[in-house]
Amino acid sequence: MEFKFSEENLQKIELVLKKYPTKQAAVMPVLYIAQEQNGWISKEVMVETASILEMNEEDVFGVVTFYTMYHKKEMGKYHIQVCTNVSCMLRGGYQIYDAVKEKLGLDNGDVSNDKKFSLEEVECMGSCGTAPMIAVNEDYFENLDKEKALQILDSLN
Amino acid sequence: MEKIVLPEIENFHQLDVYIQNAGYEAAKSAFTQTTNQIIDTVKKSGLRGRGGAAFSAGLKWSFMPKNNDKPKYLCVNGDESEPGSFKDRQILERNPHQLIEGTIIACYAIGAKSAYIYVRGEYHKWIKLLQKALDDAYEKGFVGEKMKETFGTDFSCNIYVHKGAGAYICGEESSLMNSIEGQRGYPRVKPPFPAQNGLWGNPTTINNVETITNIPPIIKKGWEWFSAIGEPKHPGTILFGVSGHVNNPGVFELPSGTLLTDIIYKYAGGVIGGKKIKCVIPGGSSMPPLRGDKLEGVKMDAESLKAVGSAIGTGGIMVMDEDTDLVRVLARIAKFYYHESCGQCTPCREGTGWMLKILNRLVRGEGTSKDLDLLITIAKNIEGNTICALGDAAAWPVKFMIARFREEFEAVVKDEVSLEPKNKVHSMRHTANPIAPVQV
Ligand SMILES: Cc1cc2nc3c(=O)[nH]c(=O)nc-3n(C[C@H](O)[C@H](O)[C@H](O)COP(=O)(O)O)c2cc1C
Ligand code: SF4
Ligand code: FES
Repeated sequence: MEFKFSEENLQKIELVLKKYPTKQAAVMPVLYIAQEQNGWISKEVMVETASILEMNEEDVFGVVTFYTMYHKKEMGKYHIQVCTNVSCMLRGGYQIYDAVKEKLGLDNGDVSNDKKFSLEEVECMGSCGTAPMIAVNEDYFENLDKEKALQILDSLN
Repeated sequence: MEKIVLPEIENFHQLDVYIQNAGYEAAKSAFTQTTNQIIDTVKKSGLRGRGGAAFSAGLKWSFMPKNNDKPKYLCVNGDESEPGSFKDRQILERNPHQLIEGTIIACYAIGAKSAYIYVRGEYHKWIKLLQKALDDAYEKGFVGEKMKETFGTDFSCNIYVHKGAGAYICGEESSLMNSIEGQRGYPRVKPPFPAQNGLWGNPTTINNVETITNIPPIIKKGWEWFSAIGEPKHPGTILFGVSGHVNNPGVFELPSGTLLTDIIYKYAGGVIGGKKIKCVIPGGSSMPPLRGDKLEGVKMDAESLKAVGSAIGTGGIMVMDEDTDLVRVLARIAKFYYHESCGQCTPCREGTGWMLKILNRLVRGEGTSKDLDLLITIAKNIEGNTICALGDAAAWPVKFMIARFREEFEAVVKDEVSLEPKNKVHSMRHTANPIAPVQV
Protein backbone atom coordinates (compact mmCIF):
# COMPACT_ATOMS: atom_id res chain seq x y z
CA MET A 1 0.00 0.00 0.00
CA GLU A 2 1.28 3.40 -0.93
CA PHE A 3 2.36 5.71 1.85
CA LYS A 4 2.65 9.49 1.83
CA PHE A 5 2.98 11.72 4.88
CA SER A 6 -0.02 13.94 5.46
CA GLU A 7 0.40 17.69 5.03
CA GLU A 8 0.20 18.17 8.77
CA ASN A 9 2.85 15.55 9.38
CA LEU A 10 5.14 17.05 6.75
CA GLN A 11 5.01 20.25 8.76
CA LYS A 12 5.83 18.33 11.92
CA ILE A 13 8.81 16.81 10.13
CA GLU A 14 10.02 20.27 9.16
CA LEU A 15 10.10 21.17 12.87
CA VAL A 16 11.84 17.94 13.81
CA LEU A 17 14.58 18.58 11.25
CA LYS A 18 15.43 21.85 13.00
CA LYS A 19 16.54 19.90 16.08
CA TYR A 20 19.44 18.14 14.39
CA PRO A 21 22.41 19.12 12.22
CA THR A 22 21.83 16.17 9.86
CA LYS A 23 18.73 14.83 8.20
CA GLN A 24 19.49 11.26 9.17
CA ALA A 25 19.29 12.17 12.87
CA ALA A 26 15.61 12.87 12.38
CA VAL A 27 14.91 9.27 11.39
CA MET A 28 13.67 8.11 14.79
CA PRO A 29 11.18 10.93 15.34
CA VAL A 30 10.08 10.75 11.71
CA LEU A 31 9.43 7.02 12.05
CA TYR A 32 7.32 7.76 15.12
CA ILE A 33 5.30 10.26 13.12
CA ALA A 34 4.88 7.69 10.36
CA GLN A 35 3.82 5.02 12.83
CA GLU A 36 1.22 7.32 14.28
CA GLN A 37 -0.21 7.97 10.84
CA ASN A 38 0.05 4.46 9.45
CA GLY A 39 -0.19 2.31 12.59
CA TRP A 40 2.97 0.41 11.74
CA ILE A 41 6.15 0.67 9.71
CA SER A 42 5.55 -0.92 6.33
CA LYS A 43 8.08 -1.22 3.54
CA GLU A 44 6.42 1.75 1.85
CA VAL A 45 6.83 3.82 5.02
CA MET A 46 10.52 3.04 5.07
CA VAL A 47 10.95 3.92 1.41
CA GLU A 48 9.15 7.22 1.86
CA THR A 49 11.09 8.02 5.04
CA ALA A 50 14.36 7.29 3.26
CA SER A 51 13.40 9.54 0.40
CA ILE A 52 12.40 12.45 2.64
CA LEU A 53 15.54 12.18 4.75
CA GLU A 54 17.84 11.45 1.81
CA MET A 55 18.94 8.21 3.42
CA ASN A 56 19.63 4.76 2.02
CA GLU A 57 16.60 2.54 2.34
CA GLU A 58 18.77 -0.13 3.98
CA ASP A 59 19.77 2.29 6.72
CA VAL A 60 16.16 3.12 7.51
CA PHE A 61 15.39 -0.59 7.52
CA GLY A 62 18.34 -1.09 9.89
CA VAL A 63 16.95 1.45 12.33
CA VAL A 64 13.42 0.06 12.21
CA THR A 65 14.60 -3.47 12.93
CA PHE A 66 16.93 -2.41 15.75
CA TYR A 67 14.28 -0.81 17.94
CA THR A 68 11.40 -2.81 19.40
CA MET A 69 8.97 0.10 19.50
CA TYR A 70 8.68 0.35 15.74
CA HIS A 71 6.01 -2.15 14.76
CA LYS A 72 7.01 -4.31 11.85
CA LYS A 73 3.44 -5.44 11.31
CA GLU A 74 -0.02 -4.14 11.94
CA MET A 75 -0.75 -4.31 15.67
CA GLY A 76 -4.02 -4.46 17.55
CA LYS A 77 -6.03 -1.36 18.33
CA TYR A 78 -4.95 -2.05 21.89
CA HIS A 79 -1.36 -3.13 22.16
CA ILE A 80 -1.06 -4.86 25.53
CA GLN A 81 2.42 -4.91 27.04
CA VAL A 82 3.03 -6.99 30.15
CA CYS A 83 6.28 -6.61 32.06
CA THR A 84 7.68 -9.87 33.41
CA ASN A 85 11.10 -8.63 34.45
CA VAL A 86 12.35 -9.33 37.97
CA SER A 87 10.64 -6.64 40.06
CA CYS A 88 7.31 -7.39 38.37
CA MET A 89 7.93 -11.14 38.47
CA LEU A 90 8.47 -10.98 42.23
CA ARG A 91 5.05 -9.42 42.60
CA GLY A 92 3.04 -11.57 40.22
CA GLY A 93 4.01 -10.35 36.74
CA TYR A 94 3.86 -13.84 35.28
CA GLN A 95 0.44 -14.57 36.78
CA ILE A 96 -0.80 -11.48 34.99
CA TYR A 97 0.96 -12.38 31.78
CA ASP A 98 -0.46 -15.91 31.80
CA ALA A 99 -3.97 -14.67 32.59
CA VAL A 100 -3.82 -12.06 29.82
CA LYS A 101 -2.52 -14.65 27.35
CA GLU A 102 -5.34 -16.97 28.24
CA LYS A 103 -8.04 -14.35 28.14
CA LEU A 104 -6.97 -12.95 24.80
CA GLY A 105 -5.99 -16.32 23.38
CA LEU A 106 -2.77 -14.76 22.17
CA ASP A 107 0.88 -15.56 22.52
CA ASN A 108 3.77 -13.14 22.63
CA GLY A 109 3.75 -11.04 19.45
CA ASP A 110 0.33 -12.20 18.29
CA VAL A 111 -2.47 -10.01 16.99
CA SER A 112 -6.09 -11.06 17.40
CA ASN A 113 -8.07 -11.83 14.25
CA ASP A 114 -10.34 -8.84 14.74
CA LYS A 115 -7.23 -6.67 15.17
CA LYS A 116 -8.52 -5.45 18.49
CA PHE A 117 -5.65 -6.75 20.63
CA SER A 118 -1.99 -7.50 20.30
CA LEU A 119 0.22 -8.85 23.06
CA GLU A 120 3.83 -8.31 23.94
CA GLU A 121 5.88 -9.54 26.89
CA VAL A 122 8.10 -6.56 27.64
CA GLU A 123 11.25 -5.90 29.59
CA CYS A 124 11.41 -3.58 32.60
CA MET A 125 9.27 -0.51 31.95
CA GLY A 126 10.52 1.59 34.87
CA SER A 127 7.55 0.74 37.07
CA CYS A 128 9.38 -1.60 39.42
CA GLY A 129 8.28 0.43 42.44
CA THR A 130 4.65 0.17 41.35
CA ALA A 131 4.86 -3.39 40.08
CA PRO A 132 3.36 -5.36 38.56
CA MET A 133 2.29 -3.35 35.56
CA ILE A 134 0.85 -3.54 32.11
CA ALA A 135 0.83 -0.87 29.45
CA VAL A 136 -1.96 -0.39 26.95
CA ASN A 137 -0.62 1.51 23.95
CA GLU A 138 1.07 4.52 25.62
CA ASP A 139 -0.60 4.31 29.03
CA TYR A 140 0.80 2.64 32.12
CA PHE A 141 -1.40 0.73 34.60
CA GLU A 142 0.44 -0.02 37.80
CA ASN A 143 0.10 -1.74 41.18
CA LEU A 144 -1.94 -4.47 39.55
CA ASP A 145 -2.96 -7.98 40.37
CA LYS A 146 -4.48 -10.55 38.06
CA GLU A 147 -8.05 -9.41 38.65
CA LYS A 148 -7.31 -5.74 38.10
CA ALA A 149 -5.38 -6.50 34.93
CA LEU A 150 -8.28 -8.50 33.52
CA GLN A 151 -10.69 -5.71 34.46
CA ILE A 152 -8.60 -3.30 32.46
CA LEU A 153 -8.86 -5.57 29.43
CA ASP A 154 -12.62 -5.76 29.93
CA SER A 155 -12.89 -2.00 29.94
CA LEU A 156 -11.32 -1.68 26.49
CA ASN A 157 -13.64 -1.67 23.54
CA MET B 1 16.94 15.41 55.82
CA GLU B 2 16.93 17.96 53.07
CA LYS B 3 15.89 16.77 49.62
CA ILE B 4 18.13 18.05 46.87
CA VAL B 5 16.84 16.30 43.78
CA LEU B 6 13.18 15.81 44.69
CA PRO B 7 12.20 18.67 47.02
CA GLU B 8 8.91 18.14 48.77
CA ILE B 9 7.26 21.29 47.46
CA GLU B 10 3.84 21.12 45.96
CA ASN B 11 3.67 21.67 42.20
CA PHE B 12 7.43 22.13 42.01
CA HIS B 13 7.26 20.89 38.42
CA GLN B 14 5.45 24.07 37.41
CA LEU B 15 7.64 26.91 36.20
CA ASP B 16 6.08 29.61 38.38
CA VAL B 17 6.45 27.51 41.54
CA TYR B 18 10.01 26.67 40.57
CA ILE B 19 10.79 30.37 40.08
CA GLN B 20 9.19 31.29 43.42
CA ASN B 21 11.65 28.89 45.02
CA ALA B 22 14.73 30.58 43.55
CA GLY B 23 14.49 28.64 40.30
CA TYR B 24 16.97 29.51 37.52
CA GLU B 25 18.98 31.60 39.95
CA ALA B 26 21.79 29.06 39.98
CA ALA B 27 22.07 29.53 36.22
CA LYS B 28 22.13 33.28 36.71
CA SER B 29 24.96 33.01 39.19
CA ALA B 30 26.78 30.51 36.95
CA PHE B 31 26.94 33.08 34.16
CA THR B 32 28.81 35.46 36.45
CA GLN B 33 31.56 32.85 36.85
CA THR B 34 34.11 31.49 34.42
CA THR B 35 33.60 28.00 33.04
CA ASN B 36 36.74 26.88 34.86
CA GLN B 37 35.30 28.06 38.14
CA ILE B 38 32.16 26.05 37.60
CA ILE B 39 34.00 22.89 36.61
CA ASP B 40 36.18 23.39 39.67
CA THR B 41 33.16 23.73 41.94
CA VAL B 42 31.58 20.57 40.56
CA LYS B 43 34.88 18.72 40.92
CA LYS B 44 35.34 19.81 44.51
CA SER B 45 31.74 18.98 45.38
CA GLY B 46 32.65 15.34 44.79
CA LEU B 47 29.51 14.75 42.71
CA ARG B 48 29.72 11.34 41.05
CA GLY B 49 27.62 10.10 38.15
CA ARG B 50 24.31 8.52 39.05
CA GLY B 51 24.00 6.56 35.80
CA GLY B 52 25.90 3.49 36.94
CA ALA B 53 29.64 3.99 36.97
CA ALA B 54 29.82 6.71 39.68
CA PHE B 55 32.49 8.65 37.80
CA SER B 56 33.37 12.18 38.96
CA ALA B 57 31.15 14.62 37.07
CA GLY B 58 33.55 17.56 37.33
CA LEU B 59 36.45 15.47 36.10
CA LYS B 60 34.41 14.29 33.12
CA TRP B 61 33.57 17.89 32.24
CA SER B 62 37.23 18.85 32.44
CA PHE B 63 38.05 16.34 29.68
CA MET B 64 36.25 18.53 27.16
CA PRO B 65 38.80 20.23 24.93
CA LYS B 66 39.07 23.98 25.44
CA ASN B 67 40.73 25.29 22.32
CA ASN B 68 38.72 23.56 19.68
CA ASP B 69 36.48 25.11 17.08
CA LYS B 70 34.27 22.08 16.68
CA PRO B 71 30.75 22.31 18.04
CA LYS B 72 30.39 20.66 21.44
CA TYR B 73 27.46 18.68 22.74
CA LEU B 74 25.89 17.57 25.98
CA CYS B 75 23.81 14.41 26.19
CA VAL B 76 21.62 13.86 29.19
CA ASN B 77 20.88 10.21 29.73
CA GLY B 78 17.31 9.41 30.64
CA ASP B 79 17.18 6.02 28.99
CA GLU B 80 16.55 4.38 32.37
CA SER B 81 16.04 0.80 31.27
CA GLU B 82 18.08 -1.11 33.82
CA PRO B 83 15.68 -3.52 35.55
CA GLY B 84 15.06 -2.25 39.07
CA SER B 85 15.62 1.43 38.14
CA PHE B 86 12.77 3.88 38.13
CA LYS B 87 14.21 7.07 39.61
CA ASP B 88 14.86 9.37 36.65
CA ARG B 89 11.18 9.14 35.86
CA GLN B 90 10.52 10.84 39.21
CA ILE B 91 12.72 13.75 38.21
CA LEU B 92 11.01 14.12 34.83
CA GLU B 93 7.67 14.21 36.59
CA ARG B 94 8.38 16.17 39.74
CA ASN B 95 11.38 18.35 39.01
CA PRO B 96 11.92 18.89 35.27
CA HIS B 97 13.02 22.51 35.62
CA GLN B 98 15.93 21.67 37.88
CA LEU B 99 17.01 19.17 35.23
CA ILE B 100 16.71 21.87 32.56
CA GLU B 101 18.58 24.39 34.68
CA GLY B 102 21.32 21.85 35.33
CA THR B 103 21.51 21.19 31.62
CA ILE B 104 21.97 24.90 30.91
CA ILE B 105 24.76 25.18 33.48
CA ALA B 106 26.48 22.04 32.17
CA CYS B 107 26.26 23.36 28.60
CA TYR B 108 27.85 26.62 29.66
CA ALA B 109 30.61 24.85 31.61
CA ILE B 110 31.64 22.60 28.74
CA GLY B 111 30.89 25.09 25.96
CA ALA B 112 28.03 23.17 24.37
CA LYS B 113 25.47 25.03 22.28
CA SER B 114 23.14 22.05 22.05
CA ALA B 115 22.00 19.43 24.51
CA TYR B 116 19.95 16.32 23.84
CA ILE B 117 17.97 14.78 26.65
CA TYR B 118 17.50 11.16 25.63
CA VAL B 119 14.45 9.60 27.26
CA ARG B 120 13.39 5.99 26.81
CA GLY B 121 10.53 5.65 24.33
CA GLU B 122 8.14 3.91 26.71
CA TYR B 123 8.10 7.03 28.89
CA HIS B 124 5.54 8.73 26.58
CA LYS B 125 3.87 10.46 29.49
CA TRP B 126 7.10 11.68 31.06
CA ILE B 127 8.44 12.88 27.71
CA LYS B 128 5.33 15.02 27.37
CA LEU B 129 5.81 16.41 30.89
CA LEU B 130 9.45 17.23 30.17
CA GLN B 131 8.61 18.77 26.80
CA LYS B 132 5.95 20.93 28.45
CA ALA B 133 8.45 22.18 31.03
CA LEU B 134 10.98 22.82 28.28
CA ASP B 135 8.45 24.75 26.19
CA ASP B 136 7.64 26.89 29.23
CA ALA B 137 11.32 27.53 29.89
CA TYR B 138 11.82 28.58 26.27
CA GLU B 139 8.83 30.86 26.42
CA LYS B 140 10.09 32.58 29.57
CA GLY B 141 13.49 33.02 27.97
CA PHE B 142 15.50 30.64 30.14
CA VAL B 143 16.62 28.54 27.18
CA GLY B 144 17.50 29.42 23.60
CA GLU B 145 18.44 32.75 22.04
CA LYS B 146 16.39 34.72 24.58
CA MET B 147 18.46 33.51 27.52
CA LYS B 148 21.16 36.03 26.58
CA GLU B 149 18.81 38.78 27.57
CA THR B 150 17.32 36.98 30.56
CA PHE B 151 20.66 36.17 32.12
CA GLY B 152 22.62 39.11 30.74
CA THR B 153 25.22 36.89 29.11
CA ASP B 154 26.45 36.27 25.60
CA PHE B 155 26.01 32.51 25.97
CA SER B 156 23.01 30.64 24.71
CA CYS B 157 22.13 27.01 24.15
CA ASN B 158 19.30 24.87 22.89
CA ILE B 159 17.88 21.79 24.56
CA TYR B 160 16.11 19.04 22.66
CA VAL B 161 14.29 15.94 23.81
CA HIS B 162 15.10 12.78 21.89
CA LYS B 163 12.77 9.84 22.30
CA GLY B 164 14.28 6.36 22.36
CA ALA B 165 12.48 3.36 20.94
CA GLY B 166 12.82 0.43 23.27
CA ALA B 167 16.49 -0.55 23.32
CA TYR B 168 18.21 -0.93 26.70
CA ILE B 169 21.59 -0.74 25.03
CA CYS B 170 20.92 2.88 24.05
CA GLY B 171 21.60 3.81 27.67
CA GLU B 172 25.23 2.98 26.98
CA GLU B 173 26.81 6.31 26.14
CA SER B 174 28.21 5.62 22.68
CA SER B 175 25.16 3.65 21.64
CA LEU B 176 23.05 6.59 22.76
CA MET B 177 25.02 8.88 20.48
CA ASN B 178 24.62 6.58 17.51
CA SER B 179 20.93 6.47 18.26
CA ILE B 180 20.66 10.27 18.25
CA GLU B 181 22.57 10.34 14.98
CA GLY B 182 19.85 8.17 13.48
CA GLN B 183 21.71 4.89 13.34
CA ARG B 184 21.28 1.49 14.89
CA GLY B 185 22.24 1.82 18.52
CA TYR B 186 25.53 -0.03 18.38
CA PRO B 187 28.08 0.90 21.03
CA ARG B 188 31.33 2.27 19.66
CA VAL B 189 34.81 1.02 20.37
CA LYS B 190 36.59 3.22 22.92
CA PRO B 191 38.93 5.04 22.70
CA PRO B 192 38.25 7.54 21.25
CA PHE B 193 36.14 8.71 24.16
CA PRO B 194 33.12 11.00 23.74
CA ALA B 195 35.05 14.06 24.96
CA GLN B 196 37.20 13.73 21.83
CA ASN B 197 34.86 12.05 19.42
CA GLY B 198 31.20 11.97 20.37
CA LEU B 199 28.08 13.15 18.58
CA TRP B 200 28.84 13.58 14.87
CA GLY B 201 32.51 13.22 15.71
CA ASN B 202 32.49 16.24 17.99
CA PRO B 203 33.49 16.65 21.65
CA THR B 204 30.59 15.43 23.77
CA THR B 205 29.83 14.96 27.46
CA ILE B 206 27.20 12.58 28.68
CA ASN B 207 25.63 12.57 32.12
CA ASN B 208 22.70 10.89 33.77
CA VAL B 209 19.48 12.83 34.47
CA GLU B 210 19.98 12.64 38.26
CA THR B 211 23.60 13.77 37.99
CA ILE B 212 22.59 16.88 36.07
CA THR B 213 19.70 17.62 38.42
CA ASN B 214 22.22 17.89 41.28
CA ILE B 215 24.07 20.74 39.56
CA PRO B 216 21.88 23.80 40.33
CA PRO B 217 21.92 23.27 44.13
CA ILE B 218 25.69 22.76 44.04
CA ILE B 219 26.16 26.05 42.20
CA LYS B 220 23.71 27.80 44.49
CA LYS B 221 24.96 26.51 47.83
CA GLY B 222 28.58 25.76 47.10
CA TRP B 223 30.72 22.63 46.97
CA GLU B 224 31.46 22.71 50.70
CA TRP B 225 27.79 22.22 51.49
CA PHE B 226 27.36 19.35 49.04
CA SER B 227 30.53 17.52 49.90
CA ALA B 228 29.50 17.40 53.58
CA ILE B 229 26.36 15.35 52.83
CA GLY B 230 26.60 11.58 53.25
CA GLU B 231 29.78 9.63 52.58
CA PRO B 232 32.75 11.91 51.83
CA LYS B 233 33.96 9.79 48.89
CA HIS B 234 30.55 9.70 47.23
CA PRO B 235 28.72 12.68 48.67
CA GLY B 236 25.22 13.97 48.22
CA THR B 237 21.88 12.27 48.27
CA ILE B 238 21.02 9.29 46.09
CA LEU B 239 17.63 8.34 44.74
CA PHE B 240 17.17 4.78 45.93
CA GLY B 241 14.44 2.87 44.15
CA VAL B 242 13.27 -0.05 46.24
CA SER B 243 11.26 -2.83 44.59
CA GLY B 244 10.36 -6.46 45.12
CA HIS B 245 9.13 -8.02 48.34
CA VAL B 246 8.78 -4.91 50.48
CA ASN B 247 5.67 -3.38 52.00
CA ASN B 248 6.27 0.12 50.74
CA PRO B 249 8.21 0.12 47.48
CA GLY B 250 9.19 3.42 45.89
CA VAL B 251 11.91 6.01 45.43
CA PHE B 252 13.60 7.42 48.52
CA GLU B 253 16.05 10.30 48.39
CA LEU B 254 18.57 9.68 51.17
CA PRO B 255 22.15 10.63 51.95
CA SER B 256 24.73 8.37 50.36
CA GLY B 257 25.99 5.82 52.83
CA THR B 258 22.58 5.19 54.36
CA LEU B 259 22.41 1.64 55.70
CA LEU B 260 20.84 -0.78 53.24
CA THR B 261 18.87 -2.35 56.10
CA ASP B 262 17.54 1.09 57.09
CA ILE B 263 16.38 1.70 53.54
CA ILE B 264 14.60 -1.63 53.42
CA TYR B 265 13.11 -1.67 56.93
CA LYS B 266 12.65 2.00 57.84
CA TYR B 267 11.77 3.53 54.51
CA ALA B 268 10.44 0.70 52.37
CA GLY B 269 8.38 -0.70 55.23
CA GLY B 270 10.20 -4.01 55.67
CA VAL B 271 9.59 -7.33 54.00
CA ILE B 272 6.06 -8.43 53.17
CA GLY B 273 4.70 -10.84 55.77
CA GLY B 274 7.70 -10.23 57.99
CA LYS B 275 9.70 -12.81 56.04
CA LYS B 276 13.47 -13.04 55.96
CA ILE B 277 15.46 -11.71 53.06
CA LYS B 278 17.23 -14.20 50.83
CA CYS B 279 18.84 -11.87 48.34
CA VAL B 280 19.19 -8.18 47.53
CA ILE B 281 20.44 -6.73 44.28
CA PRO B 282 21.61 -3.28 45.37
CA GLY B 283 22.02 -1.30 42.15
CA GLY B 284 19.89 -2.59 39.31
CA SER B 285 19.93 -6.05 37.76
CA SER B 286 23.49 -5.78 36.42
CA MET B 287 25.04 -5.50 39.84
CA PRO B 288 26.29 -8.46 41.90
CA PRO B 289 23.62 -9.70 44.32
CA LEU B 290 24.14 -9.76 48.08
CA ARG B 291 23.11 -12.51 50.47
CA GLY B 292 20.29 -11.70 52.85
CA ASP B 293 22.37 -12.91 55.79
CA LYS B 294 25.17 -10.50 54.90
CA LEU B 295 23.30 -7.19 54.83
CA GLU B 296 24.11 -6.02 58.33
CA GLY B 297 26.19 -2.85 58.22
CA VAL B 298 26.21 -2.54 54.42
CA LYS B 299 26.20 1.12 53.46
CA MET B 300 24.81 2.40 50.19
CA ASP B 301 27.57 4.29 48.44
CA ALA B 302 30.04 3.33 45.72
CA GLU B 303 33.02 2.58 47.96
CA SER B 304 31.13 0.69 50.67
CA LEU B 305 29.37 -1.52 48.15
CA LYS B 306 32.62 -2.21 46.35
CA ALA B 307 34.05 -3.37 49.66
CA VAL B 308 31.30 -5.99 50.00
CA GLY B 309 31.63 -7.18 46.42
CA SER B 310 28.89 -5.29 44.64
CA ALA B 311 28.32 -1.84 43.16
CA ILE B 312 25.98 1.10 43.52
CA GLY B 313 24.85 1.08 39.86
CA THR B 314 21.65 3.06 39.55
CA GLY B 315 20.65 2.62 43.20
CA GLY B 316 17.83 0.28 42.24
CA ILE B 317 17.42 -2.06 45.22
CA MET B 318 15.61 -5.32 44.45
CA VAL B 319 14.58 -7.23 47.55
CA MET B 320 13.81 -10.95 47.44
CA ASP B 321 12.32 -12.82 50.38
CA GLU B 322 13.28 -16.25 51.69
CA ASP B 323 10.81 -18.06 49.43
CA THR B 324 12.18 -16.63 46.20
CA ASP B 325 13.31 -19.10 43.56
CA LEU B 326 16.69 -17.61 42.65
CA VAL B 327 17.17 -20.01 39.76
CA ARG B 328 14.11 -18.54 38.09
CA VAL B 329 15.19 -15.02 38.96
CA LEU B 330 18.59 -15.56 37.39
CA ALA B 331 17.04 -17.16 34.31
CA ARG B 332 14.81 -14.09 33.95
CA ILE B 333 17.78 -11.76 34.28
CA ALA B 334 19.65 -13.79 31.67
CA LYS B 335 16.68 -13.54 29.34
CA PHE B 336 16.84 -9.77 29.59
CA TYR B 337 20.49 -9.53 28.58
CA TYR B 338 20.03 -12.05 25.81
CA HIS B 339 17.18 -9.93 24.48
CA GLU B 340 19.09 -6.66 24.80
CA SER B 341 22.53 -7.71 23.50
CA CYS B 342 23.11 -5.70 20.33
CA GLY B 343 24.96 -8.61 18.77
CA GLN B 344 28.19 -6.91 17.77
CA CYS B 345 30.55 -8.97 19.92
CA THR B 346 30.60 -12.74 19.72
CA PRO B 347 31.08 -13.41 23.46
CA CYS B 348 28.09 -11.28 24.38
CA ARG B 349 25.83 -12.28 21.51
CA GLU B 350 26.45 -16.02 21.84
CA GLY B 351 27.23 -16.17 25.55
CA THR B 352 24.00 -14.49 26.66
CA GLY B 353 22.06 -17.04 24.60
CA TRP B 354 23.97 -20.00 26.01
CA MET B 355 23.56 -18.79 29.57
CA LEU B 356 19.83 -18.39 29.06
CA LYS B 357 19.44 -21.85 27.56
CA ILE B 358 21.37 -23.50 30.36
CA LEU B 359 19.48 -21.57 33.03
CA ASN B 360 16.17 -22.51 31.46
CA ARG B 361 17.34 -26.10 31.59
CA LEU B 362 17.97 -25.63 35.31
CA VAL B 363 14.52 -24.15 35.77
CA ARG B 364 13.03 -27.22 34.08
CA GLY B 365 14.93 -29.41 36.53
CA GLU B 366 17.07 -30.90 33.79
CA GLY B 367 20.38 -29.32 34.71
CA THR B 368 23.45 -31.06 36.00
CA SER B 369 26.06 -29.86 38.44
CA LYS B 370 28.50 -29.38 35.58
CA ASP B 371 26.11 -26.82 34.15
CA LEU B 372 26.89 -24.57 37.07
CA ASP B 373 30.59 -24.53 36.28
CA LEU B 374 29.79 -24.17 32.63
CA LEU B 375 27.70 -21.08 33.36
CA ILE B 376 30.54 -19.54 35.30
CA THR B 377 32.99 -20.36 32.52
CA ILE B 378 30.78 -18.69 29.96
CA ALA B 379 30.30 -15.64 32.19
CA LYS B 380 34.04 -15.31 32.66
CA ASN B 381 34.58 -15.54 28.93
CA ILE B 382 32.17 -12.69 28.30
CA GLU B 383 33.46 -10.42 31.03
CA GLY B 384 36.07 -7.98 29.81
CA ASN B 385 36.00 -9.32 26.25
CA THR B 386 33.40 -7.09 24.71
CA ILE B 387 33.01 -3.62 23.21
CA CYS B 388 30.70 -2.30 25.90
CA ALA B 389 29.82 -3.03 29.51
CA LEU B 390 26.60 -4.86 28.67
CA GLY B 391 28.78 -7.94 28.44
CA ASP B 392 29.90 -7.48 32.04
CA ALA B 393 26.35 -6.62 33.06
CA ALA B 394 25.20 -9.96 31.68
CA ALA B 395 28.08 -11.90 33.19
CA TRP B 396 28.08 -10.51 36.72
CA PRO B 397 24.65 -11.65 37.88
CA VAL B 398 25.37 -15.19 36.66
CA LYS B 399 28.84 -15.35 38.11
CA PHE B 400 27.98 -13.87 41.48
CA MET B 401 24.53 -15.35 41.93
CA ILE B 402 25.90 -18.86 41.48
CA ALA B 403 28.97 -18.19 43.61
CA ARG B 404 27.00 -16.64 46.46
CA PHE B 405 23.96 -18.88 46.38
CA ARG B 406 25.55 -22.10 45.20
CA GLU B 407 23.32 -24.19 47.49
CA GLU B 408 20.19 -22.91 45.73
CA PHE B 409 21.53 -24.04 42.40
CA GLU B 410 22.97 -27.31 43.67
CA ALA B 411 19.51 -28.12 44.96
CA VAL B 412 17.96 -28.16 41.50
CA VAL B 413 20.64 -29.99 39.54
CA LYS B 414 21.42 -33.66 39.19
CA ASP B 415 24.88 -34.86 40.04
CA GLU B 416 25.67 -36.81 36.94
CA VAL B 417 26.23 -35.48 33.52
CA SER B 418 23.29 -36.66 31.53
CA LEU B 419 24.06 -37.10 27.88
CA GLU B 420 20.54 -37.37 26.68
CA PRO B 421 20.44 -35.64 23.30
CA LYS B 422 18.30 -32.76 24.51
CA ASN B 423 20.88 -32.00 27.10
CA LYS B 424 23.96 -31.69 24.99
CA VAL B 425 22.80 -28.94 22.72
CA HIS B 426 24.73 -25.72 23.30
CA SER B 427 26.93 -27.23 25.89
CA MET B 428 30.50 -26.56 24.89
CA ARG B 429 32.11 -29.37 26.79
CA HIS B 430 30.92 -31.96 24.31
CA THR B 431 32.46 -30.37 21.29
CA ALA B 432 35.94 -31.71 22.03
CA ASN B 433 34.87 -35.27 22.80
CA PRO B 434 32.57 -37.20 20.55
CA ILE B 435 29.57 -38.37 22.46
CA ALA B 436 29.98 -41.88 23.73
CA PRO B 437 27.27 -43.78 25.50
CA VAL B 438 27.70 -43.22 29.18
CA GLN B 439 26.21 -45.42 31.86
CA VAL B 440 24.30 -43.34 34.38
C1 LIG C 1 24.29 -1.44 28.83
C2 LIG C 1 24.35 -0.11 29.51
C3 LIG C 1 23.19 0.59 29.77
C4 LIG C 1 23.23 1.82 30.40
N1 LIG C 1 22.06 2.47 30.65
C5 LIG C 1 22.09 3.68 31.23
C6 LIG C 1 20.88 4.41 31.45
O1 LIG C 1 19.79 3.94 31.14
N2 LIG C 1 20.97 5.64 32.02
C7 LIG C 1 22.18 6.18 32.38
O2 LIG C 1 22.21 7.30 32.87
N3 LIG C 1 23.32 5.52 32.18
C8 LIG C 1 23.31 4.30 31.61
N4 LIG C 1 24.50 3.65 31.37
C9 LIG C 1 25.75 4.32 31.74
C10 LIG C 1 26.18 5.28 30.63
O3 LIG C 1 26.95 4.60 29.69
C11 LIG C 1 26.99 6.44 31.15
O4 LIG C 1 28.05 5.94 31.89
C12 LIG C 1 26.24 7.40 32.03
O5 LIG C 1 25.09 7.86 31.41
C13 LIG C 1 27.11 8.57 32.38
O6 LIG C 1 26.44 9.44 33.23
P1 LIG C 1 26.95 9.75 34.69
O7 LIG C 1 28.44 9.87 34.64
O8 LIG C 1 26.28 10.99 35.06
O9 LIG C 1 26.53 8.58 35.53
C14 LIG C 1 24.47 2.39 30.76
C15 LIG C 1 25.64 1.69 30.51
C16 LIG C 1 25.59 0.45 29.90
C17 LIG C 1 26.86 -0.27 29.63
S1 SF4 D 1 28.95 -6.17 24.72
FE1 SF4 D 1 27.00 -6.91 23.90
S2 SF4 D 1 25.72 -5.09 23.84
FE2 SF4 D 1 27.83 -4.34 24.09
S3 SF4 D 1 28.54 -3.97 22.01
FE3 SF4 D 1 29.09 -6.09 22.49
S4 SF4 D 1 27.36 -7.32 21.72
FE4 SF4 D 1 26.67 -5.19 21.84
S1 FES E 1 10.52 -5.00 36.36
FE1 FES E 1 8.57 -4.56 35.56
S2 FES E 1 8.66 -2.40 35.49
FE2 FES E 1 10.66 -2.85 36.22
